[in-house]
Amino acid sequence: MAEPALSIRGLTKVYANGFQALKGIDLDVQQGDFFALLGPNGAGKSTTLGVVCSLVQKTAGSVSIFGIDIDKDFAKAKYQLGVVPQEFNFNQFEKVLDIVLAQAGYYGMSTREALPRAQQLLTDLGLWEKRDGNARMLSGGMKRRLMIARALMHRPRLLILDEPTAGVDIELRRSMWEYMRRINQDEGTTIILTTHYLEEAESLCRNVAIINDGDIVRNTSVRQLLAELDTETFLIDLAEPVAETPHVEGFELHQLEPTQLSLLVHRGQRLNDVFNALSEQGVQVVSMRNRANRLEEMFVSMVKGSNQGAIDQRADASSGESSDAENRESRS
Amino acid sequence: MNAGQTLIALWTLVLKEIKRFTRIWPQTLLPPSITMAMYFIIFGNLIGSRIGDMDGFSYMDFIVPGLIMMSVITNSYSNVASSFFSNKFQRSIEEMMVSPMPNWVILSGFILGGMARGLGVGIIVTMVSLFFTRLTMEHPLLTILVVVLTSALFSIGGFINALLANKFDDISIVPTFILTPLTYLGGVFYSISMLPDFWQGVSMLNPILYMVNVFRYGFLGVSDIPVGWALAAIFAFIVVLFSVALVMLERGKGIRS
Repeated sequence: MAEPALSIRGLTKVYANGFQALKGIDLDVQQGDFFALLGPNGAGKSTTLGVVCSLVQKTAGSVSIFGIDIDKDFAKAKYQLGVVPQEFNFNQFEKVLDIVLAQAGYYGMSTREALPRAQQLLTDLGLWEKRDGNARMLSGGMKRRLMIARALMHRPRLLILDEPTAGVDIELRRSMWEYMRRINQDEGTTIILTTHYLEEAESLCRNVAIINDGDIVRNTSVRQLLAELDTETFLIDLAEPVAETPHVEGFELHQLEPTQLSLLVHRGQRLNDVFNALSEQGVQVVSMRNRANRLEEMFVSMVKGSNQGAIDQRADASSGESSDAENRESRS
Repeated sequence: MNAGQTLIALWTLVLKEIKRFTRIWPQTLLPPSITMAMYFIIFGNLIGSRIGDMDGFSYMDFIVPGLIMMSVITNSYSNVASSFFSNKFQRSIEEMMVSPMPNWVILSGFILGGMARGLGVGIIVTMVSLFFTRLTMEHPLLTILVVVLTSALFSIGGFINALLANKFDDISIVPTFILTPLTYLGGVFYSISMLPDFWQGVSMLNPILYMVNVFRYGFLGVSDIPVGWALAAIFAFIVVLFSVALVMLERGKGIRS
């Protein structure tokens, strides 16, 4: 079997103020995968990726990129890696073309080699017309696409995208998804994505790790995760307002609006039973949709459960140590 | 990275630095030209004519080398300090950190960028001075060597300052409270032989005095201090500060959490 694109073992990070951001995590991302790293704010996602791309110094553990240990030959490992960070990190006063060409130069690419590559990437990402403009004049979505073009200049085999579509409108987000799918499927680039839009992870990614409070609480395929979903909530729009919530044996129905109900369906239950019962009561359904993204429900319940455990532990302990939330506050 | 790739990375960074200070020339190249022209007019022409000779030269001829050196020192230092800190502040330093470029290349790129501005301003100020006096150079090679070394030294100083700085104020403290007083007291405007023995001794502790004097020696052939010692001291400072800056960069001081 080929070396994993990314292999992390026992990765620990303790910040100078004592806050333990990572508690010895293990993670493998296989070559060619489209992998989601999910978790709430402050869970350790960006710290993990920061260590992988050398922006954060690890306290302990090992990281290998395509089998190259970053402690032994980080320069070689960096050639395999492209990074699109969460926040804009280019000089806003430089020209778009200069930014991508300089990045290629840092990887030892001559301008003659880099210019056609820059033209192709900026054209694909709809930025070629803006190449001579200052980066600060770009819209938020264009700035994100500029960072993607910059990260791809040296043809990395592993692309790390830290919340690449944050603050991007829906249309643009969809076109960015298409682009990411294309470089994953057509060019075989392994992609690791962190995102708050769980719909994004469900739509794009094959495998997922959920990180919370510095630990990986789940690492599996998206399909497996969704198969474990026990309940699903639907929103039902009615043709006419109802005076009181209809009752259907075995189902939980709640009235949200005069013409809208929420319906909780457990695994194994049949939606036909609901529609038949409503029909018998003279209630006409005009449309139905998921209340939330399915993965989101799973994620919330998983993180909630994990945090509840941590809260219980803290309540049991009487050491009087400051909470993680306070630590995070002081770190920022 | 092989040698060719390393050279491309270094050149990319140097070119980027040169583009930066030429793009904002009204902030970087114009002010020192105007300030120095004022010095030449007021101190050299108006007041200097009443001061008379200094170490056997007209006051204008005496202050020109010192003022050129002062421009080179402040511009080399502030170019690297502000450029590197701005890269830290905008987080564009991450572009370099995620790349395979070795730390010594990053450090050298910023130093060469600082030297390009420092020496560029030095040339501009020299050309401005030609409107006021006829410059002669007794020891051209020594003059060029000392100005290049001094520019390198203060570029490294600016880099260390920027690494340690947490806010924009932190990169103006050293130039305002240390560099400017040391330069003014470093024999730019007077010969230390005019000072009482005690203050001559104190002046000898000022490293900028050595640079100004060797530079002036290159132009005029006179110096308050031994030229060989001064060159050795500048070179030693460069080696020590370069090593300190490199170790700080390797450890991620101020840039890695």
